[in-house]
Amino acid sequence: MKPYRANLMLCAGTGCVSNHSFLVREALEKEIKKRGLENEIQVVITGCDGFCAEGPLLIVQPENIFYCRLTEKDVPLLVEEHFIKGRPVKKLMYTPPDAKAPVPKMNDIGFFKGQMLVALRNRGLIDPENIDEAIARDAYKAIAKVLTSMSPEEVIQEIKDSGLRGRGGGGFPTGIKWESCRNAEGEPKYVICNADEGDPGAFMDRNIIESDPHSVLEGMVIGAYAIGVSEGYVYIRHEYPLARDRLHIAIDQARDYGLLGKNIFDTGFNFDIEIVRGAGAFVCGESTALMASIEGRVGEPRAKYVHTVEHGLWNLPTCLNNVETWANVPGIINRGAEWFASIGTGDISESPWGGSKGTKVFSLTGKVYNTGLVEVPMGITLRDIVFEVGGGIPDGKEFKSVQTGGPSGGFLPADLLDLQVDFEQLTEAGSMMGSGGMVVMDEDNCMVDMARYFLAFTQGESCGKCTPCRDGVKAMLEILIRITEGKGVEEDLDLLEELSHFVIDSSLCALGGSAPNPVLTSLKYFREEYEAHIRDKKCPARACRQLNVYTIDPEICVSKGHGCGVCRRECPDNAITGEKNKTHFINQDACEKCGVCFDVCKFDAIQIT
Amino acid sequence: MPKLKIEDLQKISDKVRRTTLLREGAGRAKVTVHMGTCGISAGARKILDALLKIIEEKDVKDIILVTSGCAGLCSREPMVTVELKDETPVKYVDLTEDKIRKIFTDHVLEGHIVTDYALAIGSERTR
Repeated sequence: MKPYRANLMLCAGTGCVSNHSFLVREALEKEIKKRGLENEIQVVITGCDGFCAEGPLLIVQPENIFYCRLTEKDVPLLVEEHFIKGRPVKKLMYTPPDAKAPVPKMNDIGFFKGQMLVALRNRGLIDPENIDEAIARDAYKAIAKVLTSMSPEEVIQEIKDSGLRGRGGGGFPTGIKWESCRNAEGEPKYVICNADEGDPGAFMDRNIIESDPHSVLEGMVIGAYAIGVSEGYVYIRHEYPLARDRLHIAIDQARDYGLLGKNIFDTGFNFDIEIVRGAGAFVCGESTALMASIEGRVGEPRAKYVHTVEHGLWNLPTCLNNVETWANVPGIINRGAEWFASIGTGDISESPWGGSKGTKVFSLTGKVYNTGLVEVPMGITLRDIVFEVGGGIPDGKEFKSVQTGGPSGGFLPADLLDLQVDFEQLTEAGSMMGSGGMVVMDEDNCMVDMARYFLAFTQGESCGKCTPCRDGVKAMLEILIRITEGKGVEEDLDLLEELSHFVIDSSLCALGGSAPNPVLTSLKYFREEYEAHIRDKKCPARACRQLNVYTIDPEICVSKGHGCGVCRRECPDNAITGEKNKTHFINQDACEKCGVCFDVCKFDAIQIT
Repeated sequence: MPKLKIEDLQKISDKVRRTTLLREGAGRAKVTVHMGTCGISAGARKILDALLKIIEEKDVKDIILVTSGCAGLCSREPMVTVELKDETPVKYVDLTEDKIRKIFTDHVLEGHIVTDYALAIGSERTR
């Protein structure tokens, strides 16, 4: 094999691909060939590095130089300077928001420094479509270990001792789930990987599959051996074409090597995996709805007192875990339960619910500098995630709230920023771990409007099977819309709270069971915003436009804008009058409060009161 | 592809080991070829080619080869810096293909500094 002196690890996660990383790849390969460097420098396509805000990303190894926002046009300069003359190109490097100089090395960048990679340990280091590279990073070693030296009971004990809990949102101890399924009566049994990630803005599972699909497959093989299963399914949503393709390739390669299929490693153990595509219904991420969907029935959940570990897929014992949970398993087997349990919070020696161990992957979005995908140890504070890893709030704005746990997670205020992120503390504060969505909000976000937004999502995705979720959430949404339009009354707040508890207590599944969280937490932590909407008919964040009164500052309009008239031309209701070089005026009776004038005025002459 | 046996995992791992170490930046030694304009015109390219060739011939997996800019001593180019793990870097000057071959065998592989070709031991301070 020809020795390469450098590997150019080009991010090809969905984010970077949509920012044209494949064009950068072509340009790089062409330029490298043109310069006769093709035998020394190799371009490698990797999974997502997580720093999606700065994509397309390129990491040059072995030097660990990090380039971002690359375009094809940058390529000739980059090749000439860095790969011929050995001078890394500063202007293509990452410069943190408040810094003057760029940070050349990936490991020195705050966004990466604060992270701890367990589930994503191979991200950016392997080509996800090449099984040999995964094997060189210890993939499938854990299968060899369990199949030759551990009994299924020992594997289950190891997982129990590690303190691993379900990463899909429930936080159920994984070892206990496996044990119940192993002990359940009925044959055959099944394992399922839930890759039906539906939370808006969340892409943890997609990312794990795109960057290291073998970790998920290996986790499933280990689980199958521990539980006594020979058939498994990955239920992945149709909207994840890249992840699905890479999973297909990974499964084919693993089958070729005999790592899936009959008689794995000549131990007599058989296990194979089939991919099932989901059609994009949010509720199908719920375990019982997901199983119904695999069976070909309508994806609707059922009552939870019948456990899927006993009566799951085709009414047979089934163990369903989320992508991230499965991806954590090989590491636990290779490095031991003790290592895994040393990361995180709490004490699991008395109860498996006593602590949160290991790491958690979050997709960090909203009003932070560094949006992207991060893996952090359990117990890290919200402040560290938002301000250290996330780099803080852009444009000098004030932090207002962070929502954890996806659309049904709660909003946490600034004085809870020092809360440690683990299953218990988030639940106690009225939010949840969920599958790992994290949305940051600043002073411009209205919390009533945010609650309305997320409730509109869950209401739209409610399957309609049970009344509390179908009608209760809808009734709540109607109240919220009313409040944001200035038509709320004082009694609405009590009614919202009452409805919330009713929906939580009586819904069939967790969709309804958690949907009111944004409402309850915004009522708890930001009640004054509701009151301002109802009593003063004002939106403090000025986000609810129906409550705003738009006027034009005559001074600014003339002195700065010279009566440019853009607002007059853009106003869909013809509510603005005025002439060039003279001040303009909004006729309040005709104004429909769409706010277009505010958006188009370049001189900040439009005032909101 | 025939079905893997457990010991095959290690074989595959060894086969791609050079790549793995390269990406982790975790070699036993690092050899830096200085490739400023002066270095290139003095023949640094030949030194780099020679190094790549020796690495391939000897099938060495844990040596990292990088290029960098001019080291400042243009009259003594081509230059390389050899840095064994946890040891002080050594700069070699006025190199030829034969010299780099000897440096690679004696210093990089066996750990004996070739004092005849060395300029100095140590590196400039960086801030």
